[in-house]
Order: sequence, then structure tokens, then C-alpha cells
Amino acid sequence: MILSTNFLKDYLELDEDIDINELAEKMTSIGNEYDSAKKFIDATNLIIGKVTDCKDHPDSDHLHVCRVDIGSKVIQIVCGAPNVRKGLKVIVALDGAKLPEKEIKKSIIRGEESNGMICSIAELGLDNKFLTEADKEGIHELEEDAPIGGDPVKYLGWDDNVIDFELTTNRGDLLSILGMAYEVGTLYGKKVKQINLEHISYDKNGKAVDNKEKIKKANKEAKSEGNEKLNGELELIKSEDAPKLDFRLDINTENCSLFLARKVLNVQIAESPKEIKEKLMASGIRPINNVVDISNYVMLETGQPLHFYDADKLHNMIEVKMAKENEKLTTLDGQERTLTTDDIVISDGKRAIGLAGVMGGFDTEITESTKNVIIETAIFDNVKVRKTSNKILRSEASNRFEKGLDPNRTYMAMERACHLLEKYAYGKVLDGISKYDKTNKESKKIDITVKNINEVLGTVIAKKDILDVFTKLGFEYEIKKDDEIITVIVPTRRIDISIKEDLIEEVGRIYGVDNIPGRNMILPVKKGTYDRTSREIRNKMFNLGLNETLTYVLVNEEESKMFTNKDKESIKILSPLTEEKSVLRQSVTTALYKTYNYNKSRSIDNVSLFELGKSFYKEDTDKKNKAIDSDNYVEEYKLACLMTGEYFTGLQTKNVDFYTIKGVTEEVLDYLGYNGRYSFVVDSSLKEDLHPGKSAMISVNNDKVGFIGRVNPTICKEEVYVMELNLDKLLAKQVGKMKYKEYSKFQSVKKDLAVVVDNKVEAQELQKVIKSNGGKLLLNSKIFDLYTGKGIPEGKKSIAFSVEIGANDRTLTDDEIVAVMTKITEGLEKKFNAELRS
Amino acid sequence: MEGQVEKIKQSALAEIKDISDLQTLESIKVKYLGKKGELTAILKTMGTLPAEERPKVGNIVNSAKQEITEKLEELEEKLKKEELAKKLESEKIDVTLPSDKIKKGSKHPLTRIIEEIEDLFTSMGYDVVSGPELETDEFCYERLNLPKGHPARDMQDSFYITPEYVLRTQTSAVQARAMIANTEKTPIRIIVPGKTYRREDDATHSHQFNQVEGLVIDEKGKISFADLKGTLEIFMKHMLGDDTKLRFRPSYFPFTEPSYEVDVSCFKCKGSGCNLCKQTGWIELLGSGMVHPNVLEMNGYDPEKYSGFAFGTGLDRLAMFKYGITDIRLLYENDVRFLQQFDRMDK
Repeated sequence: MILSTNFLKDYLELDEDIDINELAEKMTSIGNEYDSAKKFIDATNLIIGKVTDCKDHPDSDHLHVCRVDIGSKVIQIVCGAPNVRKGLKVIVALDGAKLPEKEIKKSIIRGEESNGMICSIAELGLDNKFLTEADKEGIHELEEDAPIGGDPVKYLGWDDNVIDFELTTNRGDLLSILGMAYEVGTLYGKKVKQINLEHISYDKNGKAVDNKEKIKKANKEAKSEGNEKLNGELELIKSEDAPKLDFRLDINTENCSLFLARKVLNVQIAESPKEIKEKLMASGIRPINNVVDISNYVMLETGQPLHFYDADKLHNMIEVKMAKENEKLTTLDGQERTLTTDDIVISDGKRAIGLAGVMGGFDTEITESTKNVIIETAIFDNVKVRKTSNKILRSEASNRFEKGLDPNRTYMAMERACHLLEKYAYGKVLDGISKYDKTNKESKKIDITVKNINEVLGTVIAKKDILDVFTKLGFEYEIKKDDEIITVIVPTRRIDISIKEDLIEEVGRIYGVDNIPGRNMILPVKKGTYDRTSREIRNKMFNLGLNETLTYVLVNEEESKMFTNKDKESIKILSPLTEEKSVLRQSVTTALYKTYNYNKSRSIDNVSLFELGKSFYKEDTDKKNKAIDSDNYVEEYKLACLMTGEYFTGLQTKNVDFYTIKGVTEEVLDYLGYNGRYSFVVDSSLKEDLHPGKSAMISVNNDKVGFIGRVNPTICKEEVYVMELNLDKLLAKQVGKMKYKEYSKFQSVKKDLAVVVDNKVEAQELQKVIKSNGGKLLLNSKIFDLYTGKGIPEGKKSIAFSVEIGANDRTLTDDEIVAVMTKITEGLEKKFNAELRS
Repeated sequence: MEGQVEKIKQSALAEIKDISDLQTLESIKVKYLGKKGELTAILKTMGTLPAEERPKVGNIVNSAKQEITEKLEELEEKLKKEELAKKLESEKIDVTLPSDKIKKGSKHPLTRIIEEIEDLFTSMGYDVVSGPELETDEFCYERLNLPKGHPARDMQDSFYITPEYVLRTQTSAVQARAMIANTEKTPIRIIVPGKTYRREDDATHSHQFNQVEGLVIDEKGKISFADLKGTLEIFMKHMLGDDTKLRFRPSYFPFTEPSYEVDVSCFKCKGSGCNLCKQTGWIELLGSGMVHPNVLEMNGYDPEKYSGFAFGTGLDRLAMFKYGITDIRLLYENDVRFLQQFDRMDK
């Protein structure tokens, strides 16, 4: 909302030279942020001049050398505009003038002295949309009555200030000059002036109708509050006694709660007077003609959007209904729109003539030849308007409908439009109104106590200060007998206020948030908890030399399935920003792999990454057993890591291989307490994106919780290793407490054992057999050598173990040791056909 | 006999003087003291001497033997020391050569910020909780007093999956979850750090970003706006420095009433005005307010008996400030040269 201070002054007695920055800051302190506060024309050293002489520049084919009378003297200016000529009154920027885009300095232009610049409107910083065709071409031509030596900005009525507010969505009331007047009035202790709604009503024969008695009666019965009441025919048209207009209304949807129509005859279409145009422009709206401008002007004043129809193009009726699917309507911007059953449409019984709350129709718009006008002011369902405008067009009107409207203002806007059409378009307002009204126009009453307020704010604000806030806001109140309860009467313009808490907010912001000191809560002491496991994992990975990443969850469709078995559906965004970020990743590794590529393209080859993050997929649902289920989304918490290039650095670098990342994995699992409970399994569930000979599933308690391996060389020719653990699955497996286990005080014996087995036999399997055959006396067995080649038959390998044997309660005898070793070797022979190697 | 012993001794001592290595020393030892050595040979001839002379000769021989032995031992020790020194000298390495190192690990700046906030709030008795990132419209919006079609939904352009599912746009979604999960309806003191998503991507916004949410609910009258103010003062001073000032501006959020936006004094220029704060001296950092009675009610807390406050803030900007990161995209590009800088203990 752009607030023009000149416009505001129509309704509020403000100091002539009010400091707009101070005003903007004060508004901010009560919750109304602003984006900018500046002069409407932000230029200095401008003066009205008259071109007394204009000659072609001797050394140029388009420049002119002009003598310009600026009152105090005549100066020479070189001007390039095609329309500069002798006798013209112009805007002159003198030496030292600061314009929005440039600074003016005395200069010599091709040998001719130039003491300033003759300005176009654009050079003053006016938006292009406000320029006439002539103004787009050259310098601005002032009217003959412009005073030489005078201030052109003042003369044009553009000496205004504009504050661009970014309002909160609940304060629809502030999308109006009146609303702003109440808000600023609260800050400066000023009362809002009454809006002029007076006009004459005529009968069909053009004779003035005397409604005085009816108005008097209506005013007496009126329930409205504040100073907006008892003004012209306002209360009369709200009342049951309102004279009827011969104009049919069919409201066939519950999405319209209020619809008013009045008719104004014999309007004369012309340019708007300056005082209307300048305020529209300062408010960011392009003037068109007096009638159209009035509809915009009244919307700015009251916050109620209006629509004017050319009455002679309607069939003396209006119908409001939901559009038919695929119904067509050409809006007044000339575009054909296709509607749905969710759009509210205005019809004249024969065809659609407007898209309610968003834009009028092309066929019935006001044109140069319009004589008679139907004024529409209405309230349409805000959610429906919002939907339609999001789809079709956001407009000043839709913005106001979306935020909700005050029905009293809907009536006021109607009368204000009548007043202005009479005043500026010389129209005759036809007596009577057609109306459909399901709204409640009574003020809300909210009970509140001083305790209520202080309890929430944590303050000790005195009752009189609280009452003072309500008075400043223009809220009336009653105090109940017991003196405790304050009944606040909230004017209907404040649609944002409906409960006690809303009033507490009002007290807080007007009393001044800065006047409420912060306090330290006194609450029972307790220990706060957090997810320590995640932090421990993070620290472990960090200590193992991996860099933590924070990658995007959104990837493209193909990436989403990388490093999975590709048997699950990915979850897609309905309206993504780009295809590259349109699907939720199914593995965290896919994002790490992208990060690897990102770094590789920047010549960083040594990459060790990890991430604790989530991945997602859509669960298959058995349609036979389950009713339609779109809710089956699975979100998994994972640890992923990726390693490539150097791991140990220094003189003897070591590059990452399968066993490095396996080591990292085991280290994490051991640290989490799963020592001895995991294995690396090679089976059909391996991922196709991994090297088939260098990958495995990670199994804990015989349940697969992750994968490990080299990225398939068909995808990536560099040796890149990845690992992913599903932490939801893993951490669900209980781990016992860390406990001391007694170690033996007796000496143990270490024996080496080398066996030749088939190449396919996994070391892990041999270890299992050694372990089960070694029994209690086997303390430990480690692989220390792997050998193939000379002396070992083709297809076989020699694998050597260091075995430690001992007992807690004695030193073992030679016989006992031999017995254990024999059992182990026999076991290996039996299971794997292993040959003992001497 | 005596003379012979003396001669052998002198000869031995003379030879010992010339020894320069352990090997020679050993051969000299054998030559004089060994089983077949010269002095041993004399002892062996003792049998031929008269009985009364034997002790005397024995003494002479033994004392010569002892003298030679002592000399030899003394020399041996010296030579051994020299040899060791030589050996160690030969093993000398260049201590300035690079060490064997595991590649540097690091912790992402955003997790560092989250851990710092978790530590602060857990020390004040808050629990850290989490919730799903793929959220239902119900928890992300409806239970927070934001029914479908509410204009305030525009403030957060959402990534919808279906009309009912959305990538959470705010960690506030966990507020309702925490209230419902607390079946006993006892007081709540939580913070929720986590990832959030909005449908915007530009130089200053990332479509994925991080927030932390705070929620405190207790019996009515115990928790007020003044408490919220006090809490956020502690929070912001902890994160941004003790000289940080806070400015509360009334605002509007559907899930709180009253609602306040909170500005902090610009951490770059300390309030004097700079590019970061657009010359205002303030930076908008948090949203906060008293939990809206509708939110309490919808999630099972009787607004007549309970009240509370809630706040939320973006963490990306805090991390950027704290570590002097100038471009938000750096946080998500994961360039290793960026990541590796966050590799040590942080004060």
C-alpha cells in the first residue's frame, strides 16, 4: 500500500511539513513496516521557465540553443528535445539540481554554454505508466498559466510524499486512506475527519427527490459507531426503508454476502481534475478518465473495490453465480479467460460480464461514449477471490477482497462514488438502491479485564492507560458495574479484531512494546534432552577425517533413484521450481555423489564426505487390501558417506579403497556398540549403481541396514566409494551398556595358522568357523596375510590367521593348546576343504 | 714367575690402549683372560710349583687378571656408548618433513550453529525435538490456525506433494505435534531445529534452509510476553554478542496473538547503518508471539488454563554472520575448500 501524505491530509489534520521518516518509523513501531519513504518527485532546484528564444545549435543537427526566462534572469540552455520551441513554458533543472538519475551541472555543449536542463517528466522520476504519448517523446509542456519562476512540482500538484508500506495480511483495513488515517491518528492523537457522502437523488424524470424525513428516521435508528455515521443517505440505504431501484439482482451463490447497485445518469466523460489525478498517481494508479478514476479513487479512500458498468450495455439486471466449467469471459484488458466452477462470475442474465473481485468484463466497461453508470459495491468470499486471482490476475481489487471487507464500508463507498460522480462527472444519482445483504454490520463487543491484559503481556499497566489506548484507537467502551470488566466496542472496520487476545495485542502495540521490559522466566529446573546419538555419530565421522555436508533433498527424477534398487516410486513436487529440483531423493548418497561431481569439476579430487540426513520414497500399496492411500510416504534418517582420493596424507599417501570405507563403517558401528553384530553380505540385493565385485550390503543382527561399495565404473571411472546406513533401522537395535569385562591374569599363546582354500571362500566365513570351533579358549583371531601365486594352485588362495588362545583361570597346557588348534583346523578342513599350509 | 706375570700384564695393558672397536676388545679379552689365554696358562702351571709358593703366585695372577678385566670393562663401556651414539646419529631424520595424517574432517557451519543453540536451550531445561520434513497440510498449516485459502499462506510459498502433503515450510509444524504427543497436557519447553523448504530460489533465498522453533507452554499466568522478550534476549545475546539489542515490532502470524517480529541491532555495523541492514541499523531475525488460543485449543490444551509463547528464526543467516559467510549458496554447494575450514574447536 502506497500512502500519499497529501491524500492522508484529506482525512487527518497533519502538520504541513510532517517528517515522513519519523511517521514511517512510528508506524513501524506499531506493526506497520515500510519499504521506502520519500518525496513523490525526488528532485531539487527545479523552476518554471519560459523559452524566449530558440535557435538551432550551429554545430549540431538536433540540438537547440534556448534562452529561458526563469523570472529572476534569462539563462541559456542547450536542449535536444524535438518539441522545444519559442514561447513554451517548461520545467528547468538549474545548475546543481539533483534528479533521480542525474545531477545537473553548468557545461559547454559543442561550444555553447548550457546553464541547466529543460526536463521531461521521465527525468523527474515519474513512472513510465503515467506518461502521455507526448511526454514520452520530449520535454514536458506546461500550461500557459504556469507562473514563471515558480516551483513546477508544486504547480503540477506533485509536491507529495509517499510511503510504501508492507502490511501484514490481517490488516486489510489499512489498504485505505481512511484506515491509515485512523492508524496515524492514533499515533499523533488526531481525530479522523468525516468523509463527504452528500449528493442529490433524482427520480426518473430528473426531479430531485426529498428523502429528508426517511434519512432522519434511519439516522435515529442507526447502530453504527464512530464518526462514519449519519452522513448523507448512508443510514437510509442501509435501512429496511431504503428506496428501491428498478434493477434486478439475482444472487445465486453463497460466496457473495453483500451486493449493492445504484444508477447514475448522464455522466460526462472527461479528464479528471488535477486533485484526483495527482492523488491517484501518487498512489501508483494511472488516471484514465473522470468516471473510471472515481472508482479507483473511492477504492483507495475506503478500501472497498467498486465496479462501474455502462448501464446501457446491461439488461437491467445482474446475476452473481459460480461460473460453469470452461465458461469464457473477455476481461477489460481484452484477454479471453477460461473459468471454472470455482470462480465467482457476474452476469447480466445473458452472458458473463465480470469476474467477481478480480476484473470487470470487456463488453460492459466504461467508454468514452458511456452515459449511464451502474455502480457495484459488493463483498465476495475472500478465499474464492484469492483462488481466482492467483490463477488469473492479482489486482488492487482482488488484494482487498482477499483480506476481507467491512460491510459498512461497502455502503459508504457506494455513497462516496455517488457524491464524486455528481461532483466531477456531473451525473445525476437515481433515487433508490438494489441490494442483497446477508452481512452483520454491528460492532463487535469484547469483554476484557486489566488482569487479562497484564497476565499475557507480563506487565502492570494501569487501567486508565489501557482505557487511553482504546480511546486513541477510536474504540468506544463500557465498564460493567463490578468495575472489572471492560466491554470494548470494536468498530467493524477492524475486521482483524475478534477475540480478547487481539485487544491485548492492540494494548501492547499502542502502549509501546519498548515500554515492556523483558523478564527471566522462573520455571522448575530440569535437564534438557537432545539427540545425543546423532551428535556422537557426527563427531565420530568428523574425527575420522570426513567433511560434513548439507545437501539438497530435491533432485531430478533419475538422481532420486540412484543407489537404490530402483523398485520404489519417488515422491514428486506438484509444481517444482525446476526439473532439477523436482523429486525427493531416495538415498542421501545420491546427493553426496552430486557433491563429489561438483567438487571434481572444480579439480578437487580428494573428497571425503558424510551427511546425516533424510531420504524419502512412496510405499507401494496393495490396492486390493488397502483403500486408496496417497499417505504412504516413508521418510528415513540416514548416515551416508563418500570417499575418494587420498585418505592418509603426508609423504606416504594412501588412496581410499574398499577397505578404507569399510574401516570407517566398522568404526562407526563399533562406536555405536554393534561390535561383533554386523557382517558384510554379498547377495542379490546389491545396488546396480555399485561395482558388482566391490560392494556389499551391511547387515546388523542379520537385518540389512545399509550398503557399501565402489560406485559402478560405468557411472564413474574414478574410484569413488560410498556407504549408507539407515539409522532408523540401525538404532532400533538395542545396545547394552558399556561394562568392564575381566581380562585374564594368565598368559595366553599366539599361534599362526595358514590355510589354502578356494578363492571364492570369504574370509568372514572362515572366521566364523574358527570362532565356533575355537570355543571358549579362543580369545581372538586375526587375518594377517593373504597370498595367491607361486606355490598356490590356480583358483586358490592362502590366508593366514593369528590365533590367540588362553583362559581366565589358568595357563593352558601344551595339550590343551594343541587340542584347540586341531579342532579349528579340522573345522576348516571339513567346511571349506582347507589345506593346512606349512 | 712374578716377572712373567708382570710382563704379560704390561703387554695386555699396552694392547688395550690401542683398542678402538669392540671386536678387537673381545679378541684381546680372549687372548689374555680366555680359557686358553696367557694368564690362564700360567695358572695351569701352578701345579708344578711348591705348595708354599702357590698362594702368592695365585694372588699375583688374580690381581693382574683383575686389573686387565677392569681396564677392559671400562673400555668396553666407552666403546659401546660410542657405537650407540654413532648408530643413533646414522638414524637421524628430518623432523620437519610432513606427518602421516588422516585427511581433515569438518563439521558443517549450520550444524555448529544448531549444536550451539541446542546446548544453550538444553541448559535452560528445554528439550530438543524433531518432526517429519514431509509434513501434512494439517500439521504444517491447519493446526496452526492457517486454514486452507488463508491469505497468510502466501507468506510461505509451499512445495506441495499432494493437496494434503507438503515439504514443511516452517519448523512450527512440530508445535502441534508436540502438543498432541503430550497426552498428559503437562507444561512444554522445547526447541525444534531442522530443515525447511519454500518455493523460492534466488541470491538471498535457498529453497531449502534451516530454522529453529521454540515453544513454551505452562499454566495460564506463568508465561507472558515479558518472558518471551527475556528469553529471546538471552538467545540473541548468546549468539550475536552481549552488546546485541533487540527491537520487538507488533506483527501478524496466524499461530500467535499477540505477534511480534524481532529485529536485532545490525551485527555488522552495530546499529550505525550499513549495506547489510540497508542503513536501518536493524536486521529482522525472528518471528514470535503468544500462542494463539485457537492453536492451543486445536491441539488439546485448554486456552483458559494454559498459555505460552513461541518463536522461530532462520539459522542460515546466523551461521553466515557468525562465520563471515557472504553468500548463502556457499552453505549448500559443499565445496570441499569451504567445508574444510570448519575443522576445529570453536570458541
